[in-house]
Amino acid sequence: MTSTATNTTVRRRRAFSRKDRITLSAFVGIPTAFHILLVWVPAIGTIGLSFTFWSGIHISDIKWAGIENYNNIFTGTPVFWEAIWHNVIWLLWFGLIATPLGILLAYQIDRQIRGHRFYESAFFVPVVLSLAVTGIIWNFMLQPGGFVQGILGRDISNPISFYGNYDINTYVILGIASWRHIGYIMLLYLSGLKSVDPSLKEAAAIDGATEWQTFRKVILPTMKPVNIIIIVITVIDSLRAFDIVYMIYGSGTGWPILGILVFQNISGGGMSMKGAAYAVILFALCIGPMITYLKQSFAEDVK
Amino acid sequence: MTTLVKVPEYKNTQKTKDRIISIIIGFFALAWLFPIAWTIWSSLRPYNDVIANGVFSVPKTLNFENYYNAIRLMKLPMYLTNSFLITFPAVVLTLGFGSLIAFVVSRYSFKFNVALLLFFTAGNLLPQQLVFIPLFKMYLWIGDLFGNRALLYDNILGVVLIHVAFQLGFATFVLSSYLKTIPKEISESAMVDGASVWVHYTQIILPLLRPPLASLAVLMTTWIYNDFFWALVLMKSDSKRPITSALARLQGEFVTDFNLLAAGAIVAALPTLLIFILLRKQFVSGLTLGSTKG
Repeated sequence: MTSTATNTTVRRRRAFSRKDRITLSAFVGIPTAFHILLVWVPAIGTIGLSFTFWSGIHISDIKWAGIENYNNIFTGTPVFWEAIWHNVIWLLWFGLIATPLGILLAYQIDRQIRGHRFYESAFFVPVVLSLAVTGIIWNFMLQPGGFVQGILGRDISNPISFYGNYDINTYVILGIASWRHIGYIMLLYLSGLKSVDPSLKEAAAIDGATEWQTFRKVILPTMKPVNIIIIVITVIDSLRAFDIVYMIYGSGTGWPILGILVFQNISGGGMSMKGAAYAVILFALCIGPMITYLKQSFAEDVK
Repeated sequence: MTTLVKVPEYKNTQKTKDRIISIIIGFFALAWLFPIAWTIWSSLRPYNDVIANGVFSVPKTLNFENYYNAIRLMKLPMYLTNSFLITFPAVVLTLGFGSLIAFVVSRYSFKFNVALLLFFTAGNLLPQQLVFIPLFKMYLWIGDLFGNRALLYDNILGVVLIHVAFQLGFATFVLSSYLKTIPKEISESAMVDGASVWVHYTQIILPLLRPPLASLAVLMTTWIYNDFFWALVLMKSDSKRPITSALARLQGEFVTDFNLLAAGAIVAALPTLLIFILLRKQFVSGLTLGSTKG
């Protein structure tokens, strides 16, 4: 299909009228210029700035720093490693628990078990909520005197500190994040499953394959494109995590994570280019998954 | 699905298994909805009542007083208006720009077509934080150039523009993959008839794009409405913020009356919940278009 399309377009490439040429250039030029100016220029600017010292006020104050900001982060900032550790746990949790649960749910719902329509909606509702709302709902559930405390038999004067206790706060945060993530993955996977030929599953069932065998040997391989997209989304979301932690801890380092460290150093009064360096590190970690995603999405076009 | 399976014993054990699975998933589905239900329930009773009688006590009064107070004390109508003033133009501009690029890329052949698409899609995946510092400086600088510092920074316009620039990648990607599935003959005949590029776009392509545009509109509205990072860093004045970033601050201010806060959060969630309930099909197909192309 791609080759015939190219042939016809080549044949068609006759002289455009002057007016058409101007229209076409404007159609592509204006949005592209806009995108470059607001996204790519600043992105490259941040990479450049991460090698400088600057308080963010006068352009003339920018001083070359070499790798000093990075050096400072890697060797002089213990909270950075704590944040990286939290991102890693986040990624492991999402990758090993939340995402597989979402896939499992999608698989069962796709088999049209009883009540599947209701289940699909129920798990998806948290995805349409803003993380600001999600944060408040869970703060509300977990607050002293709130529902969860009540279930655990703690009254308002004797609460468990879900966010302050270092033994449990990580799991609490990941639990809240999963509340949203599982539904999101479920929906993405479900839409992929709907395009799998039903006769494949029937054939497997007739051959006496168990559920697990059908899933592993039939569904997973045919779903390869969706699998890749979902893995990439899981990784990128784990790296970029910010909103929910901000709603719980604000911009402080109650539970440091890379997204929060960037925010601390670039916003408000104390802007420093260490923030730019944090942002570049975050970006560098995202590059691998980004390329995987692009490769997957554009595989046929590039051919 | 399994009706075609002929082996009866297999069918029976599978049926029992399915029933158990259904019950387990059903339990979790209810657990999933519970926090929202509990928040709504609590928002209907005064916080003092909960404090005095415990969280599981039977409420003496159930009314909308928290909502009335939240709307008044938290200035929710103002923040909601800001949210709409940001979301609506941002969605319209994103879809407009996205459809233009998708149209050219899928109907005219240039050397850099795929490169252009790659570029937009990659831009959409960049972390927001990577863009912020220079963008902030640029906004101030452009503002100074026009003699109005708050032209873009601390202005709804600035937030709208960065949303458009970011979401453009996703919109372009979805719209162009949709157009690729539509036969080019319709376009060819238009061009043979001597239609100009403009006529081709407005009379032929835009009507064809109606279904994915509808899905994208629903999806983008939800995303942009829900975002709070950009408004948080690009708005200095609280009175200009959309409701999501305002909630982050209100949370600190109203921490003494959590049921009031709950009412505020429910009000903030209502627009997206309504969209989801009314336009669920568009919402889901928008996500599908973006993730499972081909």
